[in-house]
Amino acid sequence: MTFCHLLLLRVSELAVKPIRMLFGLLLALWLPLVTLGALAQGVQPVPPLTAHVMDSTGTLSAPQQAALEAKLTAFEKARGAQVVMLMVATTQPEDIAAYAQRVGDNLKIGRKDVGDGLLLVVAKNDRRVRIETTKTLEGAIPDLAASQIIDDAITPRFKQGDYAGGLDAAADQIMARITGENLPAPAQAQNRRRGNAGFDWTNLAVFLFIAVPIGGRVLSSVLGRKLGSVATGGAVGVLAWLFTSSLLIGGVAAVAGLAFALVSSLGALGRGGMGGGGGGFGGGGGGFGGGGFRGGGGGGFSSGGGGNFGGGGASGGW
Amino acid sequence: MTSRFFTWTLAAVLSVLLTGCGYNSFQTLDEQTKSAWSEVLNQYQRRADLVPNIVATVKGEAAFEQDTLTKVVEARAKATSIQVTPETLNDPAAFAKFQAAQGELGSALSRLMVVSERYPDLKANKGFSDLRVQLEGTENRITVARNRYIQSVQEYNVLARSFPNNLTAMIFSYKVKPTFAVANEAQIALPPVVDFNKK
Repeated sequence: MTFCHLLLLRVSELAVKPIRMLFGLLLALWLPLVTLGALAQGVQPVPPLTAHVMDSTGTLSAPQQAALEAKLTAFEKARGAQVVMLMVATTQPEDIAAYAQRVGDNLKIGRKDVGDGLLLVVAKNDRRVRIETTKTLEGAIPDLAASQIIDDAITPRFKQGDYAGGLDAAADQIMARITGENLPAPAQAQNRRRGNAGFDWTNLAVFLFIAVPIGGRVLSSVLGRKLGSVATGGAVGVLAWLFTSSLLIGGVAAVAGLAFALVSSLGALGRGGMGGGGGGFGGGGGGFGGGGFRGGGGGGFSSGGGGNFGGGGASGGW
Repeated sequence: MTSRFFTWTLAAVLSVLLTGCGYNSFQTLDEQTKSAWSEVLNQYQRRADLVPNIVATVKGEAAFEQDTLTKVVEARAKATSIQVTPETLNDPAAFAKFQAAQGELGSALSRLMVVSERYPDLKANKGFSDLRVQLEGTENRITVARNRYIQSVQEYNVLARSFPNNLTAMIFSYKVKPTFAVANEAQIALPPVVDFNKK
């Protein structure tokens, strides 16, 4: 709900709350519906990302799968790049390229901010295989290289029924190529900040810009200059604390609000609201900076979600 | 001093109103569609750049169907001759023309690839099979880029047509943007004909 809509529709907060709850409920219902929708349309569903090697056909034995998983996990720890292998029975009615693209778009394999992910899809009954690269890795593994990996490592072994061997050889070649690429080291990338978590900071800043001068004036006239300024500062602090859920930012905003309210009421004796405007913005700025420190980001595999698949890669059959 | 205070308040209120009425959302989504469109152009360009190499390789095959080859060359010339500016996005006629030219190049190329299957020497040629892989990758990228453009245009158009943002759109005369359509809709709707007697 933006300010404008409130002004236009005069929707009361009471009316908004049930609507929000309804929206949340719809969202909760929508997620399973997406999966159902995939079934209804007749296309294969995208499996959840649970491991580096996912085999829904039961082709790989447990030790084979564990060995491959260990290899790819070690590679991710050392290099950061995420390589995921997915074996399905079929991708029908979709082409393997369309299916792999959909899986890539959904799982977004690759580190946040780096986006270095690679997806290898095997459709066993279709006898089709595809290597799908994210845009970050299109340089390390161009389409031709992906095609070469399929022709050299995968298809000769798959023809003999050696699926684990083919995937293992492919993993070696893929890792060798990614190693040659100059990607940021993993530890460094995990300390990076995440984006603002869905909160509109500009609106908050603008709100403080207006609310603080007005509120400060009202409180000063009611409670007197000193007490009014303290009250304004406290209110700003509490608001900032509520919005950012960070005590530190709340404290900073409170001090900024107090200082500005003092200046503002001093200025009210002489010059008017000019200095006040600047101070109010300073308070907003305190909240603004807070965006960067929120959210640590889960480590390990779940830190993905940055991969952008642009259709690069190659397909092959055996 | 009071008037100064009111000027400031007025400016602040106006800025909030503009933010609130979706003005900023329009700017964001407009830029988003533009960059999605650039990606589409980028991939079309990539395909156009591949064509001379493909043609050169195929020409090495002495007996190759001249007709198919000429069609590809002509379609490429036509597709690259169309000037595309950011204004193309807001002009449905120019957009349709551009799309038709690119569609023609796409079908000429796929025809070439089908025909090339008949030439064993060409199929064995390493250079040609490499170009094939690159063309396939480029076609995939075009599909993805077009898909993303369609999505961003949808987002923009929904914003432009829904209340109360349509008021903002009216004031600043933002129009809905054109999007991709399938060129051969009637053809796709037909069920495939299976005829084993034909050749």
